[in-house]
Amino acid sequence: MSSRIRKYPGTEMDLKEIEAGKFLFSSYETVLRYSFTSGVAISRFLEGLKEGQLWARECDKCGRILIPPRMYCEEDFRSTDRWVRVRDTGKVNTYSISYVNNDASRRRTPVVVSVIEIDGASKGMGILHLLGEVDPRKVTVGMKVEAVWKPKKERRGAITDIVYFRPRR
Amino acid sequence: MRRVAVIGAGMTKFRRRMLETGRELSFEASRMALDSAGMEIKDVESVVMGTAPDAFDGIHMKGDYLMDGAGGTDKPYSRVYVGGGTGVFAPVAGWWHVASGLFDSCLVVGEEKMSPLRPHPQYAFWSIFDHTLERPLGVTLLWIFSLEMRRYMHVHGVTEEDIALVSVKNKGNAMDHPCAQLPARITVDDVMKSEPICLPVKRLDVSPTSDGAAAVMLVSEEVARKYTDDPVWVDGVGWNVDTQYWTNRDLYYPRYVEKAARMAYKMAKIDNPRKQIDFAEVYDPFDYKELHHLEGVLLADKGEAPKLTREGVTQRDGDLPVNPSGGLLGVGNPIAAAGTMKVCELFWQLRGEAGKRQVKKEVNRGLAQAWGDLLQVGTVITMRR
Repeated sequence: MSSRIRKYPGTEMDLKEIEAGKFLFSSYETVLRYSFTSGVAISRFLEGLKEGQLWARECDKCGRILIPPRMYCEEDFRSTDRWVRVRDTGKVNTYSISYVNNDASRRRTPVVVSVIEIDGASKGMGILHLLGEVDPRKVTVGMKVEAVWKPKKERRGAITDIVYFRPRR
Repeated sequence: MRRVAVIGAGMTKFRRRMLETGRELSFEASRMALDSAGMEIKDVESVVMGTAPDAFDGIHMKGDYLMDGAGGTDKPYSRVYVGGGTGVFAPVAGWWHVASGLFDSCLVVGEEKMSPLRPHPQYAFWSIFDHTLERPLGVTLLWIFSLEMRRYMHVHGVTEEDIALVSVKNKGNAMDHPCAQLPARITVDDVMKSEPICLPVKRLDVSPTSDGAAAVMLVSEEVARKYTDDPVWVDGVGWNVDTQYWTNRDLYYPRYVEKAARMAYKMAKIDNPRKQIDFAEVYDPFDYKELHHLEGVLLADKGEAPKLTREGVTQRDGDLPVNPSGGLLGVGNPIAAAGTMKVCELFWQLRGEAGKRQVKKEVNRGLAQAWGDLLQVGTVITMRR
């Protein structure tokens, strides 16, 4: 703000004033339903999850084994070459202890979330997932973890077929 | 390319909930920018609007909706968008409107009205994530910031207390900003003891959600000379967007911000940013982001920003004042408006109009930077007297 300006535009609405009915509102709720196709690469990836397996794509040009898998390499901008099965273990690249839900409401018990670098994929190739069976205060960057799968008959080809990752036994 | 001058700037107060609609906020900021330039809307040849996700205002294609309030009616008007980086990207777009010779003037407006969304604006961010692999996990934007903060701390051995110093500084700087939403004198201890949100992120590490608007008036050299003896020049612009596969990148360093900065530095013929840039308004939606971005724009070596902060270098009276406005942590974070506010602050500081916020040393060149999307976009502008 310039020191030449003496009047600052904008009218704050205090919560108490709002609750006292000082301002007029109109409310509206939008319900938008979507059904997303999983795409060529992720459909195959999800089929693997049903079988308790993680699959990646390999690019022959840069040599990277990519997870999440994609049918094209964004760096070389060419089609990737083949499916490669990677392991369902990895290490914690980074983690957070979350006390909030996605609408910013608070959780009574926190959830531990993590980027997990997957063994068998190229260095630094991680996926987002949860950590479980671990005291949040004892998680460390570099910790070795393994996937905990839902029982086979409960898997439906979704990222949640992995319940969470836990410290490797 | 032609030289481009900034000859006016304006902004509204930033607040959690404002009576004004997004259009009305846009009008107030635009009108102030025009008045400070001494121009009328008929003198403006083109208008660029910067505003972030439609889901906040709750108006789909809100660029069109906001247009009348931004002075865009019956003119070459467009909305540009690169997520949270939009607030600095809009002035960059305004720059190319004028530098190209296509227009002699461009009014640039940044707007955001986050308060309509219930129960909380944070909810809108859910739908920016991958619908198949990430949303089912309950992801929030707060997760990815805290994951990035942890990675940055881990690689450089940075402590939460070091990071908290940024929040203390910026909220303190905002005490001198008449439009600020969260000015405060707080201590590192206050930050450390504040509510855990997504550890290591705590309540006082985070900027608020806000309503607000900001605007700048860009013109060609010829037009600038008609209106003022004291123009400020845009001498460098840059932007870069990294892969959206954010879990495949090492989050400790924003290489896309470096690329954006290098693009701007090349244009501005800056080969030693630490010596040639006098102060900076880098993007600080979270306190660690100021450190992250100071390193990204090469004003600090990798891992060095916490040390500069500890030593007071980044204070308003320091050798490299950073976020003298009070930043997003102090002034508020109406997303696109917050980035444009930083460009306004460069203008006011370089003209010596910043009043109580005026940095102590003489300033000839400043840098503003914004950031956004899934930890992937950097936008940079450098301005000089």
